[in-house]
Amino acid sequence: MMATYLELIRIRFLVMLAYRVNFYSGILTYLIYTGGYYFFWMAAYGSRESLGGLSPTEMTTYLAVGWMARAFYFNHLDREIADEIRDGTVAVQLLRPVSYLGQRVAGALGEALFRLLFFSVPGLTLAALLFPVRLPTDPKVWVAYLAALALAFVLNAQINLLVGLAAVWSTRIQGLTWARRLVVDLLSGLYLPLSFYPAWARAVLEWLPFPAISYVPSLIAAGGLWGRPLVLALVRGLVWAAVLAALVRLVWRRAARALTVHGG
Amino acid sequence: MWRTLARYSRLYWEYLVQYAKVRWEYRGDLIVGLVSEVTYQAMSVVLIAVTFQLVPDLRGWTRAEVFFLYGYFLVPGALFGALAGGLWDVADKYVIKGEMDRVLIRPAHPLFQVILEGVELESLLGVATGIAIMAWAGERAGVVWDWADWLVAVGLILSSAAVYLGIYMALAATAFFADGRTGLMALAWNLNQYGQYPPNIFSRSLRWLLSTALPFLFVGAYPGAYLVRRGEWGLFAWLTPVVAAATVAFALWVWRRGLRRYTGAGS
Repeated sequence: MMATYLELIRIRFLVMLAYRVNFYSGILTYLIYTGGYYFFWMAAYGSRESLGGLSPTEMTTYLAVGWMARAFYFNHLDREIADEIRDGTVAVQLLRPVSYLGQRVAGALGEALFRLLFFSVPGLTLAALLFPVRLPTDPKVWVAYLAALALAFVLNAQINLLVGLAAVWSTRIQGLTWARRLVVDLLSGLYLPLSFYPAWARAVLEWLPFPAISYVPSLIAAGGLWGRPLVLALVRGLVWAAVLAALVRLVWRRAARALTVHGG
Repeated sequence: MWRTLARYSRLYWEYLVQYAKVRWEYRGDLIVGLVSEVTYQAMSVVLIAVTFQLVPDLRGWTRAEVFFLYGYFLVPGALFGALAGGLWDVADKYVIKGEMDRVLIRPAHPLFQVILEGVELESLLGVATGIAIMAWAGERAGVVWDWADWLVAVGLILSSAAVYLGIYMALAATAFFADGRTGLMALAWNLNQYGQYPPNIFSRSLRWLLSTALPFLFVGAYPGAYLVRRGEWGLFAWLTPVVAAATVAFALWVWRRGLRRYTGAGS
């Protein structure tokens, strides 16, 4: 069973490899975004040594790592699923002896791993040349970072699955997928760290699954999260992953029953 | 001259009527589109609001001033998107699919047709929210308006929209030379967000680039800064119509040369 998923991951990776030229402009796009927020926040820092517990260098690292990590975990699972539900291809997929959502996630993971190697790594290297980024040197920090990044992929994929499955009940979920993107980007801390928000907003956000997608891994890389708070943040993310996994299972069961495929 | 103008005005109206009919058929999508746009703008507002909870100024710019710049930035962008969104389809629809054939055999200026086939009047919502933000922020920033300022503001907004038109028309025309997508438009689109921030937050070389080769500071930062601060930004504000004329002229030249290379899709 596992071998099937590994094969799905491998195939998608190879497909992406064939179209790798498309990614050069992607790297430039992400650098433009990183640059926009970099200049914005450096103007906000002015001569201040620290904002929300981060120094200007830590903030720059946070932004660069955050955007390049987004290249890894970001995907269009929701749209892909919604499209398959709308045009009925989902029926064919359901006939296959592999879990439908499982094969979709495996494909997304293959794509994500491709982007990690050919997008995030060169992108971060360029960002480090352009902006005063200081990456961690301690391998232990990188291990923690990669663990948090894996969790980010899982949580983001689960949220996308839930949004995509909404297409079973309403075929018009374009607006929903769009809103999902905005909400995840803003609340995960991609534009600004959670510690910049007012205390009341932070208290609410900390209990949501979003910070584990961008804030936690980026803060680890910026050197602002270690020890007990790190463990707590990861445990919180894991609990959310378990809750969302149960939710995805529940919704999928109901969706599979409610699904209507016309003709074909 | 007058007859041509009258004919094009009538054509324009006919296009808009067709457009309205189509949109009304898919009014659900229309509402979704409007809601997403408002959400997107709300996010930028949240970002500015949160920033100014932390700091009193952004390199010398107050909260009200930064909001004003953002409000100004929305208006020309929305005008351009509403009236000339068709430029986005040049590569895919007109060059790769070869629909330019259809456009070229019709007795109206091809650029006029391409632009009108892509009208998206719902983007005008950004004009309304932009003006509302400018009014709200302008009052808090202590801007005093007399009737001449209104004229100047309208002139600057139209010039900024023309800068957009020039940049994207030239980039869209690159599709004729490449016989397909170049990705340049999408790249530039990401860069034009730099126009919403105060112009002095960028490094010197970047500001130079954004004032010359890709003059995105003229779609927001410079004219907006003049309207809210006057004095020091006057020169850049007055350069806006000049930059607009230059980019549009350049774009028309590129467009004409590009169109001459157009060969159809062969089917």
